[in-house]
Amino acid sequence: MAEEAITEASVEASGEASVEASVEARAEGVPAAEAWIPRVSRRAALRDGLRAYGLIVGMWMRSTMAYRASFVMTAFGNFAATAFDFVAILLMFAHVDALGGYSLPEVAFLYGTSATAFGLSDLALGSMDRLGRRVRDGTLDTLLLRPVPVLAQVAADRFALRRLGRIAQGLLVLGYALLTVDIDWTVTRALMLPMMVLSGAAIFSAVFVAGAAFQFWAQDASEVQNSFTYGGTTLLQYPPTLFAKDLVRGVTFVVPLAFVNWIPALYVLGREDPLGLPDLAAFLPPLVAVVCCALAGVAWRAGLRAYRSTGS
Amino acid sequence: MRLYAVVAAGGFRRYATYRVATFAGVFTNTVFGFIMAYTYTALWDERPHLGGYDLSQAVTYVWLGQALLMTCAMMGGGFEDELIERIRTGDIAVDLYRPADLQLWWMAGDLGRAAFHLLGRGIVPMVLGSFAFELALPRDPLTWLAFLFAVMLGVVVSFAIRFLVALSAFWLMDGAGAAQMAMLAGMFFSGLLLPLNLFPGVLGEVARALPWSSLLQVPADVFLGKHTGWDLAGAYAFQAGWALALLATGRLLQTVATRRVVVQGG
Repeated sequence: MAEEAITEASVEASGEASVEASVEARAEGVPAAEAWIPRVSRRAALRDGLRAYGLIVGMWMRSTMAYRASFVMTAFGNFAATAFDFVAILLMFAHVDALGGYSLPEVAFLYGTSATAFGLSDLALGSMDRLGRRVRDGTLDTLLLRPVPVLAQVAADRFALRRLGRIAQGLLVLGYALLTVDIDWTVTRALMLPMMVLSGAAIFSAVFVAGAAFQFWAQDASEVQNSFTYGGTTLLQYPPTLFAKDLVRGVTFVVPLAFVNWIPALYVLGREDPLGLPDLAAFLPPLVAVVCCALAGVAWRAGLRAYRSTGS
Repeated sequence: MRLYAVVAAGGFRRYATYRVATFAGVFTNTVFGFIMAYTYTALWDERPHLGGYDLSQAVTYVWLGQALLMTCAMMGGGFEDELIERIRTGDIAVDLYRPADLQLWWMAGDLGRAAFHLLGRGIVPMVLGSFAFELALPRDPLTWLAFLFAVMLGVVVSFAIRFLVALSAFWLMDGAGAAQMAMLAGMFFSGLLLPLNLFPGVLGEVARALPWSSLLQVPADVFLGKHTGWDLAGAYAFQAGWALALLATGRLLQTVATRRVVVQGG
């Protein structure tokens, strides 16, 4: 019954109203709520959260598609914005043959893997930096009242399909890299590619969630998270040999962004790790991703628990 | 005149209110500054004197870029989003009714904002950068003054461009597309990603002649002592020329646009 209400509500309306309406429609049919359910049904809660996320995302996609020309333009804009980053790298290589000992195809490989992994997580969770605003203006309270996990609601809020532009750009550069780069392909190395992109996306997603959790305490600090998300992907687009050892250590052991692409990519490219980590480290990204996501989840729960409504 | 001074002071105070946001912004500018400074170091190690800069000048250029990123609003943001919204909702009618000039009003506010961003977002990243990298800071106090004047002209050019972007909302209703295009152009043609002297051939010549070079490339070259004497006057003339031309276009467009405004009674 709830299902039908959702589709009806969302097909008719578009924009914010549709989400409000349909999430409320859903609320009538589903009684359970995330934080108050017993441990046995945690898995059900996860499934519920993902389903809610999917429903809200679907709604925003339909709403986006109501203005198709605008979608095409903004997606292109997203594509172009990141493309300029790569144009700057191409212009650099107009003057040099190698940067930090890496050729253009190798840098393109780093760029493509980093940009694609980041693009995926940006598409899925990129709207989370709006959380601070919601805390500030008190609209987060509305989300708390709904029997849908808050994380799913915040993550799917204003889902921006235009971010496909960024992924497309990353994939394009990755394609160029794969065509030109000199890799001694083996089965392990080939499998490494999807593994690193997916694990990388999960690691960036954890950063997005942790950054949003931080905004429960510092509502105006959404830019701090840009340093780790946008800053992180920019950092990973260049070879690690460019940077000071301490910086590389920091993004390996403190905020483990190096596992997004540096460590596995160096293995694929057959290069020495600048920190002298063993080859085995290249197989760790999935594990690192799981740990990061778990930690981000803990941070999120702590943040949500610390939340005090503005009361207005 | 007094009115606009008050508006400018208001613009300054408005942005100064959000201290955590300023701190967060400084943090981000510093992180990006570090990433780019390392990249440029590798580039200049490979090719010393690229684009007429030595290594310390190139790294200084990076930190100037981070300092002026918000000041000259290279990636947009600031008053134009608000003005676009006012045009879309019709609140602009109230603005036109006020005994103040529309363009000067918003420019005064934007100059106040820029002054705050230069102090609040510009200085700290630069100081932090100077701890880790050797920067080419001018010895002559006059060079600092000359730089500040170039930055001011850059802010005016930036304002004039964004004012045009905002006015486009009179025709397009939704200014997002125009704002995005302006952001792309600002990011690339200001020299934020790469100094414009590194752009090859015709692309370089065109990029250096476009108004966006007033936002970063020209002030940075003044700071690095590339423009002195008559050359400096020429750089100022370039910036002022674009500022005047763009402001005049904005004025013209404003006249045309306000004729389109219809106030629905009620």
